[in-house]
Amino acid sequence: MTRIDNNPDGRARSAVTVRGLVKHYGETKALDGVDLDVREGTVMGVLGPNGAGKTTLVRILSTLIQPDSGQATVAGYDVVRQPRQLRRVIGLTGQYASVDEKLPGWENLYMIGRLLDLSRKEARTRADELLERFSLTEAAKRPAATYSGGMRRRLDLAASMMGRPTVLYLDEPTTGLDPRTRNEVWTEVKRMVGDGVTVLLTTQYMEEAEQLASELTVVDRGKVIANGAIDDLKAKVGGRSLRIRPADPLELRPLAAALDELGITGLATTTVDTETGTLLVPVLSDEQLTAIVGAVTARGITLASITTELPSLDEVFLSLTGHRASAPQDAVPTDAREEVPV
Amino acid sequence: MSAATITTDAVKDVKGDARISPRAHVRHTGALIRRNLLWIRQDPESMFDAVLFPVIFTLLFVYVFGGSIGQSLGGGQEAYVQYVVPGLMAMMGMNMAQGVGTGFNQDFNTGVMDRFRSLPIGRGSVLFAKIAVELMRMLFATVVLMIVGVLVGFDITNWAGLLASVGLSAVFGSALMWVFLTLGVIMKNAQSVQAMGFLVLMPLQFGSSIFAPTQSMPGWLQNFTDYNPLSSLADAARGLMVGGPAAHDVWMTLAWSAGLTAVMAPVAIHKFRTKS
Repeated sequence: MTRIDNNPDGRARSAVTVRGLVKHYGETKALDGVDLDVREGTVMGVLGPNGAGKTTLVRILSTLIQPDSGQATVAGYDVVRQPRQLRRVIGLTGQYASVDEKLPGWENLYMIGRLLDLSRKEARTRADELLERFSLTEAAKRPAATYSGGMRRRLDLAASMMGRPTVLYLDEPTTGLDPRTRNEVWTEVKRMVGDGVTVLLTTQYMEEAEQLASELTVVDRGKVIANGAIDDLKAKVGGRSLRIRPADPLELRPLAAALDELGITGLATTTVDTETGTLLVPVLSDEQLTAIVGAVTARGITLASITTELPSLDEVFLSLTGHRASAPQDAVPTDAREEVPV
Repeated sequence: MSAATITTDAVKDVKGDARISPRAHVRHTGALIRRNLLWIRQDPESMFDAVLFPVIFTLLFVYVFGGSIGQSLGGGQEAYVQYVVPGLMAMMGMNMAQGVGTGFNQDFNTGVMDRFRSLPIGRGSVLFAKIAVELMRMLFATVVLMIVGVLVGFDITNWAGLLASVGLSAVFGSALMWVFLTLGVIMKNAQSVQAMGFLVLMPLQFGSSIFAPTQSMPGWLQNFTDYNPLSSLADAARGLMVGGPAAHDVWMTLAWSAGLTAVMAPVAIHKFRTKS
């Protein structure tokens, strides 16, 4: 078996490598030259609004559709030329749970095990194991149609883990779930990542990317508009703030006044949050940060905590694209194929 | 269609161990047959049509039309039983074809097909499993038909002919299946596939020699029924089961089956492959 060596210089190997990927649907460019690298054992978040091309990307990487041009390899296998080898190393969880609803949970997993060439015994054992792990043992014999939304997603995750994949695609794994169920799914995903699986996660939720991903690729209208470590991305768009909590809440006002006297940060932008007993101060440079800490110390105010905060991903998206990720985009033709199962 | 290229020379071993062995094919198809059988266990109502169709059609035609059509056959109701039971048998293959089409469509619409297509299995396995299960349903329905037939007076004189008829019906049904597969892949939902199938099959079924001899039909309709493959199939089944000339109709049916497959199988496979 020949594999492309992604590791010429000893750095962390790239599990997913995408270069110049293009996919058209008629006039719509679902993907317009996408580059992407996911390092082994990490979680890459692909963040973007509806119609950004996220699902198209996942469908190409799981060999469900072919790209018009460009190149993509997963675990060293080419998506176009080595689809069968590639299918052996991936797991796929779509935004619409792709389990057979008429079959009981156990039967779903057993069937997939057999399709992955596990022996009967192996398939049985693995199905039992995964049901146990995803807390579905009690529902094992019930048809999946009777499962709640969260249970179905968990079964879907279990199904994608049957073949012990090295690369796992999670295509909007929590779309349409309530917050509690979303947390459940997140917990499971974190455990899977703990096992060393490489994950490509697409999401529309900033919070989800922050929770699960270490690196982020922001896509919009089929193009990558930013990528990097989440914290780096946030730092890049600026807007770092300092959250200061004095030990005595009564010292909030004097503290705000002291910083005002310092003259580097206008009081207009300093927010006094009496509810949490904290002060939020925007800082533009490390020097300012040092000056603020100095002023606090000079006044002899005892601090309970001091933390730097980065802007939310929503704000990141706004500053990168000029429009909000969640806002409707009138000018963009929403690609129906993108988010609707076909 | 893809311009995607590999710059590294390393990827020469495109086939490698990626080929699916015949044993693996059997295993995959087996797992999928199990799935389709579990559907029936989960939803026994899906077998209703296989049971009720032969019962209702036999009783309806024998007792409602049997007397009057039988007279034109030179007998009575008994003569009509001998005429219509082989005709109904010819229809079993069509139900099978329709079942494969609608079942396939459902898989596409639930996303489970994406799961299958992202697994290292031959795409044919999904199809073979569907065909196998529908064939079982067809055989089941045929047994029911024979039981009801015998109860209303059908005389099985030629068991070999009976088996040959079942086989011929299955062959024609498999050929027709490609038409339904194409419908199953291109149409939006299972209901449309069923409705479309009904629209196509209804005139074909009644404009044939399945239910009544064609001699009394107007000339233009006779032209149609003469070339209707269902007439050939029904007449072949009749010849094989109750005696009479069958060879010509058997060949006609086989020719139709081969023609339908030659034209529709590539279309269905192409639509299946390119469906995204």
